[in-house]
Amino acid sequence: MITLTVDDRTIQAPDGSSVLSACLSAGIIIPHLCWMETDSPAGAPAACRLCLVEIDGFRDPVTACTVPVENGMTVYTGTEVVRSLQKMAFKLLLSVHRVDCKHCPANKACALQDIAKFLGVGLGCKPFERVLKEPEVDTHHPVFDYYPNRCVLCGLCVRICRQRHRQPQLSFAGRGFETVVGYFDADPLAAANCVSCRECLAVCPTGALVERTAFEGSTRGNS
Amino acid sequence: MMTGDAVNRVLAAYQAIADEARARREQFEKSPLPKIHIGMATCGIASGALETQAAFEAALADRGIEALIHTVGCVGHCYAEPVVIIDHPDSGFPPIFYPEVTPGKAKMLVKLFLEEGDPRFEHVMGATVENEMIPSVMEFARFNREKRVIMERCGRIDPDQIHEYIAEGGYGALTTALCRKPETVIDEIEAAGLRGRGGAGFPTARKWRAARAASGSDKMIVCNADEGDPGAYMDRTLLESNPHQVIEGMIIAALAVGAARGLFYVRAEYPLAVRILTTAVEQARELGFLGTDILGSGLDFDIDLFQGSGAFVCGEETALIRSVEGYRGMPRHRPPYPVEQGIDGRPTVINNVKTLATIPPIVEKGADWFRAIGTAGSPGTAVFSVVGNVTHPGLVEIPMGVTLRDLIFDICGGIPDKKRFKAVQIGGPSGGCLSADFLDTPVDFDALTRAGAMMGSGGMVVMDEDVCMVDVSRYFLDFTQKESCGKCTFCRIGTRHLLDILRRLTRGEGREGDLEQLETLSRAVKQGSLCGLGKTAPNPVLTSLAYFRDEYEAHFKEGRCPSCACRALTAFFIDLDKCARGCDACVGCCPVEAVFTTSNRKKGIDQQLCVKCGECVVACPPDYDAVEKVSPAALVPIIERPPEKNKAES
Repeated sequence: MITLTVDDRTIQAPDGSSVLSACLSAGIIIPHLCWMETDSPAGAPAACRLCLVEIDGFRDPVTACTVPVENGMTVYTGTEVVRSLQKMAFKLLLSVHRVDCKHCPANKACALQDIAKFLGVGLGCKPFERVLKEPEVDTHHPVFDYYPNRCVLCGLCVRICRQRHRQPQLSFAGRGFETVVGYFDADPLAAANCVSCRECLAVCPTGALVERTAFEGSTRGNS
Repeated sequence: MMTGDAVNRVLAAYQAIADEARARREQFEKSPLPKIHIGMATCGIASGALETQAAFEAALADRGIEALIHTVGCVGHCYAEPVVIIDHPDSGFPPIFYPEVTPGKAKMLVKLFLEEGDPRFEHVMGATVENEMIPSVMEFARFNREKRVIMERCGRIDPDQIHEYIAEGGYGALTTALCRKPETVIDEIEAAGLRGRGGAGFPTARKWRAARAASGSDKMIVCNADEGDPGAYMDRTLLESNPHQVIEGMIIAALAVGAARGLFYVRAEYPLAVRILTTAVEQARELGFLGTDILGSGLDFDIDLFQGSGAFVCGEETALIRSVEGYRGMPRHRPPYPVEQGIDGRPTVINNVKTLATIPPIVEKGADWFRAIGTAGSPGTAVFSVVGNVTHPGLVEIPMGVTLRDLIFDICGGIPDKKRFKAVQIGGPSGGCLSADFLDTPVDFDALTRAGAMMGSGGMVVMDEDVCMVDVSRYFLDFTQKESCGKCTFCRIGTRHLLDILRRLTRGEGREGDLEQLETLSRAVKQGSLCGLGKTAPNPVLTSLAYFRDEYEAHFKEGRCPSCACRALTAFFIDLDKCARGCDACVGCCPVEAVFTTSNRKKGIDQQLCVKCGECVVACPPDYDAVEKVSPAALVPIIERPPEKNKAES
């Protein structure tokens, strides 16, 4: 076991685990979206940029998911620099998010709501302007509807699909701001190989993937 | 380390190849026939070198003159393309450098120079060697201030003929390296202080040593030729002009780290480089520099070629690895570094084209020789593609430590059209814009980083007073925003908001707090992003905000573009004092018929119709120069359009 100090608390974690997993196991909350429990520090995607912490010996804030624990490490999870970067990242995510919790199936089970509560910020994105994608919903997939304006592109669905099935049926598509979760040119035939295991639906931290029959409002955007 | 026998075997094998190559080269050089060397890299071809070559061939055939046409790579003088060097021994003149040889000029030179012996002095740039008849090109700063290490043979040899490279001593460094211990080679590179030429300037020897120490047998060397900065084309030119120097560097790197496989990662947008490189690798393999048992040394190494599909981010090494593995090119967190876990988990060394091309000269001439060039912290030379508002654009190789002023004003001839220098953008979308205050900054890794720019891979865009810095930042952010892989939050969304703010400013729609937000968001994107692309994307904004803040404020507070470049903030008008009565030059060129004739037969521009394309500025004869620009647009003088009936009457 490795012993490290986090915010004046001494915690222990198995060798090879990441600072993020060590903290979460010890009940220290660090906001995160793209991390999976099975991720090693070398394998974590470090995409959401929310789990930033400051560690003695590092000049800049680092992502807790990618740093392996070391004996005697001193970690600060709530410094001003960390919080301001987290709030900035969170606001950026919200600036491309359709905030319509009432009509969202993830309401009350949404990771964004949890993070907003934890960081003590609302769901507004000022001073940024809200920029939303078109169309509001993609209904080409046989199993689910995809809502790009709810998606935070954490990539959990893409990764779980790759882990479960050797031939993954989900991937990222597009570039830059236009990046979405896609399934091979949104071709329904290509997506027909989906075995409907619904793992992707289960891991989605927001309401971006909605099973077609499960939620009444899911095809609203289609009409 | 090889045994004495093996060393002798390698030396003998190389000697045999080199002797044959030298004999072939000598036969060409000693030939009494005139030789026509034509620059045939992409830049030459784009300027019409193929047509020039065809014209030479046709003219020679017509006149029944025998001459040798020798297609070479690029000499780096883009302003003078197509470049032709004619060596006509019988005429008594030295080899002569002719710039801008159009097909017409080619025909004329065949007739007058090759047939009649008149070199046509009015078309000559200079002789390529010192002599008493024609001033040498070496008298120009553009030639004599350069120090060529990487580009030494560019434009002199035919990239498709391996023997020409060997005849100039090529692959000799490989032979030397084969006879040494791998550690000795790395020590030599370390002593030379070579830093990676891809932009970040990481010590090459340290990377190699880490890869050599890494566990895993199937190590790989990758040459990163995924050059994507707007306006940068050093790597392309090098691969098109002298691919063997890069290949030789790569083989030496492989020997040093113990790699058995190499890979060229070249953009598919560089078809000529891909073709030339493929041929070069085949030729090297035929002669035994690649493949199994290199020159009888018992060592194996071979090279493949991978064509990247044009994502800018794939120049980032971890994204490059993903792309080679067949996945979407998205960067990942480092560590683990590629030298530990690269392609398919193998230890992988990724070096830039220019880094690898620097290796053979170092091995051949030694670390001390290399150290003597450049500065203490950044030894060696730097290759820049200097483009933009500069008199002599092109590829320039200079010793590190030359100041920006020397580079831009002395070597590249300064700003054309008597305009003032405004800024220089170094390092592409990751670099920064430096103002005139920084002209005395020496060009080396550390000084440029301190100034807020970065060395980058060698793109340099010079800008004159007509360029708007806000618009330049918008351009670069537009580029990085589109090329972001979309993985991490700051880069994907942050750059988009930066771009939105810059777009607003260039349209005069800036809002309260926009400048502060630009700054805060830029810093956050820089600090929070996952890979080098995001971490450096805000640099153009941050540097231009620091050095050209008044321009941002003019856009924001006054809706004024000081350079009159942002269309929404600019209006065109015709100065009636300068406009000539009866001249219709601007009328015909206006695509929207916004130019009208005033009651005293001068011209005016209908601001409602004008799309601000600037065609009338070009069309207006220089003697009048009557079309003016003004910003903000509201300040435009009102010129009444005469009532419609005038038109009907005429």
